[in-house]
Amino acid sequence: MRRHPLQKTWILLVLAFLYVPILILAFYSFTDSSIIGSVRGFSFKNYKTLFTEDALRSMMTGTILLALGVSALSTVLGTMGAIGAFYSKKGIRNAIELANEVPVANADVVTGFSVCILLIVVFKVDKATFIPLVIGQTVLCTPFVYLSVLPRLKGMDNALYEAALDLGCKPGQALWKVVIPQIMPGIVSGFMTAITLSLDDYFITTYTKPATFDTISTYVVNATRGAQTSIKTALWALSTIIFLIVVAAVVFMNVKAGGAKNEKR
Amino acid sequence: MRSVINRKTLALPYVIFMILFVIFPLIVILYYGFTNGSGHLSFANFAAFFGSRRTVGTLLYSVVIAVITTLVCLLIAYPTAYILAKGAFCRKHGFLMVFVMPMWINFTLRITALKEILSLVEGNLAMHPFFNTIFCMVYDFLPFMIMPLFNSLTKLDKSYIEASADLGATFPQTLRKVILPLSVPGIVSGVTMVFLPAMTNYVVLDMVYNSTYIMGSLIGSYFSSYDWNNGAVISAILLMLIGLFTLMTGRLAAEKGGGRR
Repeated sequence: MRRHPLQKTWILLVLAFLYVPILILAFYSFTDSSIIGSVRGFSFKNYKTLFTEDALRSMMTGTILLALGVSALSTVLGTMGAIGAFYSKKGIRNAIELANEVPVANADVVTGFSVCILLIVVFKVDKATFIPLVIGQTVLCTPFVYLSVLPRLKGMDNALYEAALDLGCKPGQALWKVVIPQIMPGIVSGFMTAITLSLDDYFITTYTKPATFDTISTYVVNATRGAQTSIKTALWALSTIIFLIVVAAVVFMNVKAGGAKNEKR
Repeated sequence: MRSVINRKTLALPYVIFMILFVIFPLIVILYYGFTNGSGHLSFANFAAFFGSRRTVGTLLYSVVIAVITTLVCLLIAYPTAYILAKGAFCRKHGFLMVFVMPMWINFTLRITALKEILSLVEGNLAMHPFFNTIFCMVYDFLPFMIMPLFNSLTKLDKSYIEASADLGATFPQTLRKVILPLSVPGIVSGVTMVFLPAMTNYVVLDMVYNSTYIMGSLIGSYFSSYDWNNGAVISAILLMLIGLFTLMTGRLAAEKGGGRR
């Protein structure tokens, strides 16, 4: 049964469903055609537009800077929160975990709308300061950092921390030199999760962003409501570039994981 | 050794942040939902929601969309996850990544790609709003269903399946009595990750020119007309649904699924 051809067909069909649209778009991004289906000449014009058009360039740098800033903030907050909660009393820890589940379980629309009401409607914070946007996305990302750091803390050997204290470390030093290195993989994967969440977010961004600022998501959605053809096809190029980056990242991670496995042997 | 910064106090910034920006907004949402424009306590907003055919219709339509999307995702994802975890591809580690990868590509760009293909096939997208919505949502959320199912199925001990077969059960019997019950946690976390976004992700509808509304679109339209009270009502209703859903699934789910909408 293991070599069942039916299983392979099914897997192929699902893969086709997931990737055919992206691949077709990638193909057409290298042509000068503006509609899928009519092949014309080969061209890099979409890629040229993507990197020369001011609106597109500022949208891309804005998205990346926002993602990096929000992820850094979330990683610091979430890691500190996880360490603190881990050593706190059970009641406090449970309360933190419960609050932590709220943004995870909540719909992004509701999270975005509630942060918008609190900051923009009640406290009259100016959207143009980026404060509502950064806070909104941090609310979304931090719980996931917390959730990826906590298992590392649970799996950590606590005797090492005690040993560091016995050997004359101050608690702060012991934390920095003993605990942090042990939970580092959790911190890194939390940071990566935060990056992908921020890059993918549409709803929180729409409800909290400054009027003139766009991330990839809000820009693309606006563009589907009628944008110039050159902008529309330049987004095909953007989609292709992101796809290639993701593929490269996955291949890199697999190679690294394979390397680690071989080292163990 | 006196030290103001001990390990417990490290949580303080996060606790303050959570109270200010997670707990407070919820209270504000409830306050706005249960008051009228001038700040007086009122149930009029809720009465208006449940009294209007349009808004109740929207709620029902969102539930229908979400249920169908979730079922289709489950029907596609379960066999896929099973084949990857226990079937023909179970020795290929890392192959799961290929199915999870779309999660990391911006969803608006992926929907753009699908939309171009659909318009080529269908001509006018507005002709099949229901089909297109389900199709695009399944496309968007499928990886989020495959991942928790895979995590759950891969932990399932293969000897149970073999034992069941040795004792004379046919494969459908084994599936129903052994595999399905043991993968309930995965099913639950997959359903959680698909159902709610499918009720609220109105951008997918917008992008395929579907003029019908789901719950999320109501918040969107109240937001654009600065109607905070009615927007808060929709948010409060969604919050209650989420709460109910979490309570119901919390009992079933013994494990936390990885990944995210």
